[in-house]
Amino acid sequence: MADLSFKDFATDQEVRWCPGCGDYSILKSTLKALAEGGSDPAKTVFVSGIGCSSRMPYYIETYGFHTIHGRAPAVATGVKLANPDLDVWVVTGDGDGFSIGGNHLLHALRRNVNLNILLFNNEIYGLTKGQYSPTSRKGTKSPSSPGGSLDAPIGPGQFALGAGATFFARGVDIDQKRLPGLLIESKEHEGTALVEILQNCIVYNKDVFEDVAAKKTAADTQVQCEHGKPLLFGKNSDKGLRLNTANLSLEAVTIGEDGVTEADILIHDETSLPLAQMLVNLAPPLPVAMGVIYRIEKTPYEASFRNRKTGERRRQVKDLLRNGYVLDRRGIRD
Amino acid sequence: MSSATDRYVVRFAGDSGDGIQLQGQQFTIASALSGHDLATLPDFPAEIRAPVGTRYGVSAFQIQFGGNRVTTPGDAPDVLIAFNPAALVVNLPALPPGSQIIVDESAFTEQRLKRADLASNPLDDGSLADYRVIAIDIASLTLQAVAESGLGNKDSLRCKNFFVLGLVLWMFEQPRESVAEWIEAKFANNTAVRDANLAALNAGHAFGETAEFGHELKYEKLPVAPLDATEYRTITGAEAMALGLVAASELSDTEIMFCSYPITPASSVLHHLTALEDCGASTFQAEDEIAAICAAIGASYAGKLGVTSSSGPGIALKTEAMGLAVSAELPLVIINSQRAGPSTGLPTKTEQSDLYQAVYGRNGDTPLPVLAAATPGDCFTMATEAARIAMRHMTPVILLTDGYIANASELWPIPDFDAIAPIETRKLPHATNAFERDATTGARVWAEPGNANQIYRVGGIEKDITTGNISYDANNHQAMTDLRQQKVASVADFIPDQGVEQGELEGSVAVVAWGSTYGTVFQAVKRAIAAGMSVSQVHIRHIAPLPKNLGELLNRFDHVLVPELNSGQLATLLRDKLLLNVVQLNKVSGQPLHVSELTDAIHQLLPGATEMSVASQHSTTVAPQHSKPVAPQHSTTVAPQQGAK
Repeated sequence: MADLSFKDFATDQEVRWCPGCGDYSILKSTLKALAEGGSDPAKTVFVSGIGCSSRMPYYIETYGFHTIHGRAPAVATGVKLANPDLDVWVVTGDGDGFSIGGNHLLHALRRNVNLNILLFNNEIYGLTKGQYSPTSRKGTKSPSSPGGSLDAPIGPGQFALGAGATFFARGVDIDQKRLPGLLIESKEHEGTALVEILQNCIVYNKDVFEDVAAKKTAADTQVQCEHGKPLLFGKNSDKGLRLNTANLSLEAVTIGEDGVTEADILIHDETSLPLAQMLVNLAPPLPVAMGVIYRIEKTPYEASFRNRKTGERRRQVKDLLRNGYVLDRRGIRD
Repeated sequence: MSSATDRYVVRFAGDSGDGIQLQGQQFTIASALSGHDLATLPDFPAEIRAPVGTRYGVSAFQIQFGGNRVTTPGDAPDVLIAFNPAALVVNLPALPPGSQIIVDESAFTEQRLKRADLASNPLDDGSLADYRVIAIDIASLTLQAVAESGLGNKDSLRCKNFFVLGLVLWMFEQPRESVAEWIEAKFANNTAVRDANLAALNAGHAFGETAEFGHELKYEKLPVAPLDATEYRTITGAEAMALGLVAASELSDTEIMFCSYPITPASSVLHHLTALEDCGASTFQAEDEIAAICAAIGASYAGKLGVTSSSGPGIALKTEAMGLAVSAELPLVIINSQRAGPSTGLPTKTEQSDLYQAVYGRNGDTPLPVLAAATPGDCFTMATEAARIAMRHMTPVILLTDGYIANASELWPIPDFDAIAPIETRKLPHATNAFERDATTGARVWAEPGNANQIYRVGGIEKDITTGNISYDANNHQAMTDLRQQKVASVADFIPDQGVEQGELEGSVAVVAWGSTYGTVFQAVKRAIAAGMSVSQVHIRHIAPLPKNLGELLNRFDHVLVPELNSGQLATLLRDKLLLNVVQLNKVSGQPLHVSELTDAIHQLLPGATEMSVASQHSTTVAPQHSKPVAPQHSTTVAPQQGAK
């Protein structure tokens, strides 16, 4: 297969998201990931549910299936089990994935079907015009919660780890530098990969992630997780995360202050579930964890799924028809 | 026993733990092996192990077998075997006077009588005066028979069912060999239990031979049934369904992926298919009903035939996804093993009340073909037919069956597999447009991921008729809506003309039915014809679209009588599609329709028919029942309307 550029993965369809929507940059990163990761368009399937994010398959020159609200993980599971040679991606949002489709996402993660799930989290229902979503912060004012929402939000990372996910990563829509690489890593993971992408809905929840995602301050508000490397952040990489053994939590420290040295900074171990559980929950004023937060190897579901036929099927079917006690009019026999 | 009959009806009843269903299944095999035609009715409670001895915990198995064509499990038993007081009292209303009752008298203790809410012992209080009661201390006899096995008291008593089975096989001169083989295979690793069960089986058989009242138990051996195909086997609807799906896989050279979520009474199809995974069927137990159909749709998108199976409540959950399959134009088979009632209803009882749901029950203008299996064995044929239509027309297809068909068994002529036409699919690897359409059916290409020629996007959002891309164009939506209607309508071009099962192609009454009432209608119409009445049987397997000639055929009858186990759903469909006036016969009790109920309805329509001629015909078939009509335990309504003409 000739090398394809990211433009080869774009369809001729007019992209219909609002001008300035974070989805544009996620689409671009996805196209780049497909090109740079050497994807075969004929063997790649994008499955989506319902919502703004779920329109994405129409804009990618691979096989695509835009399904129904919340059910994309279930449809994608069927696609993958029917043909394990396919590279199957799921595009979903916080409403689609955690509200109406929460059950399917839970079971996809625990089964560990080799799916690559992109979760566009904008903490709001966009396509239905701005109601609060299951990831909206408590008190979110919206058309359906004018006095502020009452529900405690779901943390996508916590949900994934609780469901037994084998891969959880987080990125930011506008981070064109890192997001394509993150998507390639998730694609290459053998099992269900969940990538939470913080996405800016400029119409209904503008800048909800500004304190984390803004490029100007990102170095201080995000910590990039890289396996085997210290969890450092800050413009000068002089800040880091240290384990507070007194209350088993992570705390931000500055190297050179209060006797802190680089040796005090935690080394990221992406196979550590306890560490991942602490990292996914980091929130301002602590830096928010980005990158591959958790990744372990575990046999994917489809490797054990019985999915074969033998060459003698026709004879087998004929034998099956005559299974059990057969009554022959010329005499009774087994 | 009189020699006027060519068939017997036997009902086993007891607690779930008495092995009632096992006895029934084994007796069924023995009957088939002795050359009899048969039909069975397993009738069990929804509770898995209901408290011992209670009325609601009674499990039963009824079989009709005989030397003539048998199509129903029988309206009323000739012989009831009751393992305890509850089993006796629950089944008594169905027994015609003069029928035989065999009871385990050791179970009629004060405590067990109380459990069954009985104030007095029916064996002593005269309430069984109209019946021929044989009380046997089955527990003691079984303990004696298995004494040498070394089993404890509790395990020894568990052999009671084989003692009884041995006795019943002796009563009807049915062979023991198949039962013995089953015991030997089942308990191959537990020789003590194996030997005890064999001893009990043989002791029961010998008991009939030697008991002083043995002659009262001996029934005349029935002649062999005049079956016409070379080979038969017994089969349940669930088994036949699984085999039909596997056959369709082979016929279409397309593997199937069966995705479902457990639900009564549909789960048995899943269980049977799990054993057939090497034959082109993979099975996936999903997290819920919606995931099940969605995974099946995903499999169909990826080039396998997705199949999902459930019962009414689960089918309701799948409804939105069916719309997706219609919109995406993917082949899919949806099996509904119908059960009784709204919501949870009566999960283990049968009904035909999901026809509206199948034909009309979706949002949007969302047509799809609907089929219905008539008998357990017919599930094989209709499963392959559903798969054939799904793949030829690129559409989801609903196949209706029910709890009765799924669990009941019948003698099934084994089909000649090589004579079944291959199934053609719309997999056209060289086509470059997934929406290139077949001129006759309108079906699109079944584009498979992996093929670089056919990369396309599709979804539940309205699509452009030629490219599949999103389209909000008004004319396009009209065109797509029309296309979806035409695609389903085109199925009628491929199905056979509607014929009659029995009777003439015109006359006074057409009895028009669908689904599991087939056997009952067959017997009732057969009797009516024999009595000289102008009655024909029309059985519909293609519910949507209906066979093209159906309206013309039914217009040749003065009355169209539609018996259904619902409140009139096919009747509505016939009025809707054919503008027919029909007469309804409806029963919604969770129990199958009885031949006598339909016979009564036919007589109401044709009051001129003489009772004498009908009665004489009946006497050769189910004599006991007609010496005194069985009082219906439920209301059947006959609502005559103006005839069709």
